[in-house]
Amino acid sequence: MPLIKAGTAAADPYAAVADEAPLPEGPTVVSLTRFRKDRDTLLARNTPLGVRLKSDESPEALGEDVARLSLIVLEFPKFRDGRAFSWARMLRTRLRFTGEIRATGDFLYDQLSYMTRVGFDAFEVPETITPELYRRALGEMSNVYQPSADGRKTIRELRAGK
Amino acid sequence: MYRYDEFDAAFVKERTEQFRYQVERRLKGELTEDQFKPLRLMNGLYLQLHAYMLRIAVPYGTLSAKQLRMLAHIARTYDKGYGHFTTRQNIQFNWPKLKDVPDILADLATVEMHALQTSGNCIRNVTADQFAGATAEEIEDPRPLAEIIRQWSSLHPEFVFLARKFKIAVGATPHDRAALKYHDMAVEIVKNEAGETGYRVLAGGGMGRTPYIAHMMREFVKREDILAYLEAVLRVYNQDSRRDNIHKQRIKILINTIGPEEMRQRVLREFEEIRAAGTLQLPAEELARIAAYFAPPAFETLDDHSPEFEAALQDDDFADWTASNVHRHRAPGYAIATISLKPVGGVPGDCSHVQLDALADLMDRFGMTEIRVSHEQNLVLPHVRKKDLPAVFARLRELGLATANAGLVTDVICCPGLDYCDLANARSIPVAQKIAERFADLDRQHDIGELKIKISGCINACGHHHAGHIGILGVDKKGVEFYQLLLGGSGAEDASIGQIMGPGFGEHEIVDAVERVIDTYLKLRTNGERFLDTYRRVGMEPFKNMAYQEQLYAAH
Repeated sequence: MPLIKAGTAAADPYAAVADEAPLPEGPTVVSLTRFRKDRDTLLARNTPLGVRLKSDESPEALGEDVARLSLIVLEFPKFRDGRAFSWARMLRTRLRFTGEIRATGDFLYDQLSYMTRVGFDAFEVPETITPELYRRALGEMSNVYQPSADGRKTIRELRAGK
Repeated sequence: MYRYDEFDAAFVKERTEQFRYQVERRLKGELTEDQFKPLRLMNGLYLQLHAYMLRIAVPYGTLSAKQLRMLAHIARTYDKGYGHFTTRQNIQFNWPKLKDVPDILADLATVEMHALQTSGNCIRNVTADQFAGATAEEIEDPRPLAEIIRQWSSLHPEFVFLARKFKIAVGATPHDRAALKYHDMAVEIVKNEAGETGYRVLAGGGMGRTPYIAHMMREFVKREDILAYLEAVLRVYNQDSRRDNIHKQRIKILINTIGPEEMRQRVLREFEEIRAAGTLQLPAEELARIAAYFAPPAFETLDDHSPEFEAALQDDDFADWTASNVHRHRAPGYAIATISLKPVGGVPGDCSHVQLDALADLMDRFGMTEIRVSHEQNLVLPHVRKKDLPAVFARLRELGLATANAGLVTDVICCPGLDYCDLANARSIPVAQKIAERFADLDRQHDIGELKIKISGCINACGHHHAGHIGILGVDKKGVEFYQLLLGGSGAEDASIGQIMGPGFGEHEIVDAVERVIDTYLKLRTNGERFLDTYRRVGMEPFKNMAYQEQLYAAH
């Protein structure tokens, strides 16, 4: 599946590993279950590590280990399941996660700007969503009313000339 | 009233184009109906039994004459000549074509209106007391805060794919006209012991198949913290709500499952974090800036006694209308007038394009800048000079808008029911009409006094049947419409959930049953007791015994 990262097409260096499969060399993504089971081994490896969370798994389950991860993948089992919007926001604001937050699963073009606002910066997209379309999605609304994880100036700040 | 600045105007315009692009993709088949559905709902567009239905937001129920004229234009141009005011202060049109909807939204944007978030699993249009800014009872006008909430909730990136819909209301008076306790979240403007104005926040109320009265979340939230607190409640809800059963995904279910105390703790943690981050703090200048838009009109200095008004009371019709539809205003010599949209034989909440235009003209003629929509599906003229009341009444009468029944037995709240709605099990409009016909006699209505009948055509409770002093719920029994009777509900400050009386009544029995219940009340009431008071004193039994009388005879 194509990956859009920071607004452009990007190669995906991470290998997704099933829970029972042996760990490959290089950057790896594991489930929360696998992470809990092999935590020490996984963190001891000298290579980027990602964890994939289901929509009912709060990133808080990762505890302090969040800081040692390079990637957190948040699943959208159905595009209507909006929990990951709060998980991404929590990762950026409460847990101060600075690595990649990637969306995977069932989401729509029409959600890309919301996702970007709450802290997602990478998207595993269907072929129909190109980087050009991604940029179009972000440009649909010029201004926003609420502060979020993207740090954009709000309409209130713009009114105040800030 | 609030006026858009360049940012608000650009926002609504861009939002319209965003929706236009979604409609284009739907018409080209690039979006499936399943994908399009939540997107169109976020713009108030339903697919109903016969056609699309577009629900337009009337934030906190306030409209200008110019906006009324635009609604008339939309009714005339894109619909069948009328609109329907809803229990959440919105107006809906029942017959638009999908291809026209972007143009309707563009027309609305020219008068600072939109259909943002009038449906879907997001924060819905914010409602408020229809007497806001006009009643002497209030601590302050609730609409500035409602407008601030409207802006904060508009396309809030974290909360547009919630587990279910989320409705917020704001009130500022001891007498609750906005059904606060039946909302997912409600903000009540209060004063603390130190005399500071702040906000009491309630959450977890709701109707539908599992009705609940809202729980207190926090007794006093400081002014500057209110958005932080609301965001905290929403975040806990978005994270923790069930997503596996559509009937158990409202915040009322979450709060009543984990308990209000646990909910308060979870919210508190988020609240403290958001407050510490500081980004959502509401500066006093911002609140003052928004509040300035809602400054009351410059009231003339008038004597509270108006000879013109008092002379007109000689006319019985005017006196009847005054008794039920005119309320006390904060300024001497002024009054609040309710325009009933419940004429005998009409459809509760419907208003024609001719009436909408004529009301706009009436506003201009009497120098009124605002008209309000109430959750009881009526309109309200918030600031009328008492001396103008006779002329206003005369004009309303010509327009068929002077029914003297506000708050009385024929002022029925009613959902569109099976005549329009895809979800309904039974028709509700004909029942409302038959009740109105049965009790059409005004002397009888005034004798019965305050009595709120609320009718829903299905368990989703759009007609607020749980909150009716008398509630009627339409059900489908093997393809036949039946009506259950509920007694003792209230959506006001003394909120309570109505109790089901027993087996349902057939379409031809329900109005008789209602009449027998009311006759029972008239026999049992003591001085000054409303129906609700009598019910609370004597309980269900006496009413039940009478209501089923006919069925009992039939059985013997």
